[in-house]
Amino acid sequence: MCPPDYFGIEYEINAWMRLSNQSDLVHARAQWQKLYRILTEELGAKVELMKPEKGLPDLVFTANAGYVEGDLFVSSAFKYKERQGETPFFDAWFQSHGYRVLNLGPDCVFEGMGDALPFRDTVFAAYRHRSEVCSHKTLGEILNRRVISLELVNPKFYHLDTCFCPLGNDSALFFPPAFDDYARRVLKESIPDLIAVSDSSAHRFACNAIVVDKTVVTNSGCNDFETALSERGYKLRMTELGEFMKSGGSARCLTLRLE
Amino acid sequence: MFEETVELRGHIIDSLLLPKVLDQILMRGAVFEIEQIDIGVRRSDPSCARIRIKSESKDVLEELLADIKVHGAEAVESGDVHLVPADIEGAFPEDFYATTNLRTLVRFEGEWLEVENHEMDRGIVVDIATKKALCTPMHRIRKGDMVVVGHRGVRVIPLERQTRGQLFQFMGSDISPEKPKLALVRELARELSKSKTEGEKVIFVGGPAIIHTGAGGYVAYLVNEGFVNVLLCGNGLAVHDIENALYGTSLGVRLKDGTLVKGGHRNHLRAINTIRRAGGIKTAVETGLLTHGIMHACVSKQVPFILAGSIRDDGPLPEVITDVVKATDIMRQHVRGAHLALMVASTLHSVAVGNILPAETRTVVVDINQSSLTKLMDRGSFQTIGIVSDAGLFLRELVEVLQRECV
Repeated sequence: MCPPDYFGIEYEINAWMRLSNQSDLVHARAQWQKLYRILTEELGAKVELMKPEKGLPDLVFTANAGYVEGDLFVSSAFKYKERQGETPFFDAWFQSHGYRVLNLGPDCVFEGMGDALPFRDTVFAAYRHRSEVCSHKTLGEILNRRVISLELVNPKFYHLDTCFCPLGNDSALFFPPAFDDYARRVLKESIPDLIAVSDSSAHRFACNAIVVDKTVVTNSGCNDFETALSERGYKLRMTELGEFMKSGGSARCLTLRLE
Repeated sequence: MFEETVELRGHIIDSLLLPKVLDQILMRGAVFEIEQIDIGVRRSDPSCARIRIKSESKDVLEELLADIKVHGAEAVESGDVHLVPADIEGAFPEDFYATTNLRTLVRFEGEWLEVENHEMDRGIVVDIATKKALCTPMHRIRKGDMVVVGHRGVRVIPLERQTRGQLFQFMGSDISPEKPKLALVRELARELSKSKTEGEKVIFVGGPAIIHTGAGGYVAYLVNEGFVNVLLCGNGLAVHDIENALYGTSLGVRLKDGTLVKGGHRNHLRAINTIRRAGGIKTAVETGLLTHGIMHACVSKQVPFILAGSIRDDGPLPEVITDVVKATDIMRQHVRGAHLALMVASTLHSVAVGNILPAETRTVVVDINQSSLTKLMDRGSFQTIGIVSDAGLFLRELVEVLQRECV
């Protein structure tokens, strides 16, 4: 995770960001701290931190740094120049922590675990809004894994982790209108237990959840899928992340799972 | 028609990217052909598909390519042919593209042009004004002709098996004396009969052994009955056919009983002399001097015959074209659009005609000598069926089957 010391709305690069709808840094810091405490103190997760950098407000969204598997870090190639400056800092962190850092090359946009999520032996990866489909081919070759490409069609759900969240080995949360027909068919065929979240929860970024053991951590206001989770033995833990929603991010965006 | 080939690579089957791209092609009113598909064996293996897309509209094709690029379909062939003006008469620029006998297309200003009159071992000239691509022999090159150089923007269309007739499916292209000849002859007879009914052009290439083996009458039958539409041969076949018609001999041997006629070795010279005195084969037929045989049949049935000369020719007969470049050019005009070529007992002429035939022309070569057939196959005329047989026996059998089963 990366503390939100320099977080703010400094540009508009997704359907959520409005320069006129500024975030409150004091609130943002408090919300981030609360999330950090839930993860570390309540759920016992070990969280590594990286240093925030002035002028890089979205460095806080570490999920987009790259794709992590074992000691390999496949670094992102951001679509917008506003975020491209984050890459050297992410790369330096992973290098200094003993990871092999690979780049996909500048010709193909790839936004890390914002758009690529592992599920069993497969990686589900999204394209159209941010990552380009060419990155899936290369990622598959690097990881020697099956990479299933899913097309996103709703600009509000511009990364895969805003509308899809694997839960253990059999289930996943997803918001069907975010995907095109082919992607919905692929998901239905590939995942035995697919849980559709409601429109209101999806717009509170219910799918942008952090799963730690049997707890699902999300933004507040996602109550309506609590039953579906408890039926599968999961507990819902909501925490207010409204300041980050103004930037188009929530719980999962604020973290990058290392293992 | 505008065309482009794209490649789609990755986990395109499981992701439904391949069906998605194909659906988009069809929804735009374009058509596709999957040129190649390699499907991964293990789950982690990627698959790859090469898809050729055709559309009647250049704009539609371009929009479509932009649409499907989002899903990973990358154009693999882009760019027009490289054209270089010929710097001298009668020769191609360096690195010229050498043709095959297969149907060929060149991409010029984004459009695929069909190469006209395609034959092997030529160059391709593009007429920029009329947007036409023409297969052109070296000696026909004029200074300034725009000649295709290199391989970029050139597409060769392989022959598809299903476009071949039954005869060709039946035998493939192997040469072997161990083939069921009667079955082959029957198939060939059916093919000839079908060509006659459907008005398809059949060319006949023959050597003098046809006359020596006593089979001239069968070829005359093929011409008279309309099974053969063009005759291509040298001085020899015409000379011995006329010798036989005038004196009943071929190289002095009486064909009725195979006996040598006293002084018969002069007969072929007498025959040439008679025709030269008459002013040519056509006049000899018209004046009633020549009353039967292959050449008579050609003249009376108005079947064109092209006699191409060689250095060992006696005479030659007045109709023989002694300029080989000119002769080949004329042969070229006559073989254009031919459906079937039947080549009997003629090594050099068969090779020469094989060179100027496009791959779509089905070719049957008959020779007693297997190496003659191999020579033709080795020239790249792989659309050919070789039959090892004596010319006389083969033609007799063919005509008998035609008379018995097909007429």
